[in-house]
Amino acid sequence: MNAAPVPREVHAQLKGVTRVYPVVPGAGAKMPVHALGPVDLDLTRGEFFAVVGPSGCGKSTFLEVLAGLQTPSAGTVAFEGKPVSGQVPEGVGVVFQEDASFPWLTVWDNVAFGLRRSGVAAPEVRRRVEDAIAFMGLKDFARAYPSQLSGGMRQRVCIARTLVLQPRLILLDEPFGALDAQTRLLMGDEVLRLWRRTDATVLLITHALDEAAMLADRVGAMSARPGRFIDIIATGWPRERDSKIVGEAAFGEITGRLWERLRGESLKALGHSGAPAMAAE
Amino acid sequence: MSRIGLIRFVVIAALIGALELACRTGLIDHRVIIAPSEMASALWTLLASGALNADIALTLSMVGLVIALSIVLGFAAGIAIHALPRLRAALDPFFATYYAVPIFIFYPVLIAIFGLSIMPIVLIGVATAIVAMIIATLNGLDRVPRVLGKVARVHRLGPLATALQLQLPAAAPYLFTGVKLSVSYGFIAVIAAEFILSPAGLGREIADAYADFNNRRMYALILFLLVVATAVNAVLHALDMRFAARRSGGRV
Repeated sequence: MNAAPVPREVHAQLKGVTRVYPVVPGAGAKMPVHALGPVDLDLTRGEFFAVVGPSGCGKSTFLEVLAGLQTPSAGTVAFEGKPVSGQVPEGVGVVFQEDASFPWLTVWDNVAFGLRRSGVAAPEVRRRVEDAIAFMGLKDFARAYPSQLSGGMRQRVCIARTLVLQPRLILLDEPFGALDAQTRLLMGDEVLRLWRRTDATVLLITHALDEAAMLADRVGAMSARPGRFIDIIATGWPRERDSKIVGEAAFGEITGRLWERLRGESLKALGHSGAPAMAAE
Repeated sequence: MSRIGLIRFVVIAALIGALELACRTGLIDHRVIIAPSEMASALWTLLASGALNADIALTLSMVGLVIALSIVLGFAAGIAIHALPRLRAALDPFFATYYAVPIFIFYPVLIAIFGLSIMPIVLIGVATAIVAMIIATLNGLDRVPRVLGKVARVHRLGPLATALQLQLPAAAPYLFTGVKLSVSYGFIAVIAAEFILSPAGLGREIADAYADFNNRRMYALILFLLVVATAVNAVLHALDMRFAARRSGGRV
């Protein structure tokens, strides 16, 4: 297997980042919730990094802190050398798990939304939107409304809406979580195509170990809450890859190692100590 | 015309035809109800004479003013209340029981304060219609997906742009329900207030015709209001269906 050349330039960086949700009167929780960290991570420019971990471990919090959607309780976040604090920096695109398409706009207008807001000239908007729509395989649905599309296609609309803005860091928060397994594999291929074409740095949050193992250059395994990285595995996949690698022996080894690291954490997240189950094996 | 539209047309035509027949054959006394064709003829004569122009203009402009004020103020109040959860918690019981209270009992009070003018009519109209718009706005804003707030921040939208470009269209179906209710309540309140006591207007004309046993005039005016209110609601319904068709992929 030819290992992908590992770029060295740090593109985004988290240092000692923690996130504690304070008690909100009337919101139910009586104690502050320590959701994340401390977390240290360097994302190198152009790499594909996936984060896996048990439910509720703080994966989405991690992404939102990195995106600037949440302010860390401690530590620092930087993107392209500049601190990220309370505002999403220019050059960062986010695709969410939930359907975030705008039901009142056509696919074309959904994709053009951010460009029009940025004051890009109309011919350039047209060119970039048509390009993104074609790239995401939505050409025949450009005039359709999101309600006329499947869940996977709506998610492609959201990806295209991010893509047209030419982000240098793309954050994907379980974007295929609501899709069936076969569609997820195919959407994974789409994301790999997107990543190769844009040369962007991609961070993918997922609960699916196989998805992480297939897509990423590196996979970060997160502990049960508060989420910390307990292992970071380099997959060693070539840059030119697709979902066919799921048949390779190395793929099984990576997912096996991930599961080994996460099984106890997942049991903890479910309220078990994890120790007896592990000892019984 | 669609099949459903045809059925609707046949049902209405059959009811009008039955009423016409009952009136013409004397089954219904003409001192109680006149035949629909006679109503239409009387209305045509009235409209052609121009005698009602001032009253039509007054009533419809008051209805328009009440609807516009209710929608604009109701929407603004809904946004403000939505942003203040404690105020909303305090007001929720009032909203829940508002339409259980006969608002019209305050009409004489308003006349006592503002005199016999359009002011009490507009105020009672707004008081009747505005809460429907406030409730619809609150419902709409409650149902705006939270992820749109995050999308707004990713696109670095300010509060006003977020409200106008994302929250407003996302809440639009619920807001439109508020608009439709405000229109209905606006018509009802203005005509009813004119009917009870006012210096002019179509409601006043209906009350006078009723007092004078002038059935031709009274039913002509009732028919006019029915036609106007139905036409306005038909336009709103058509718009609603058009928007709903977009959102549901044509499956309304």
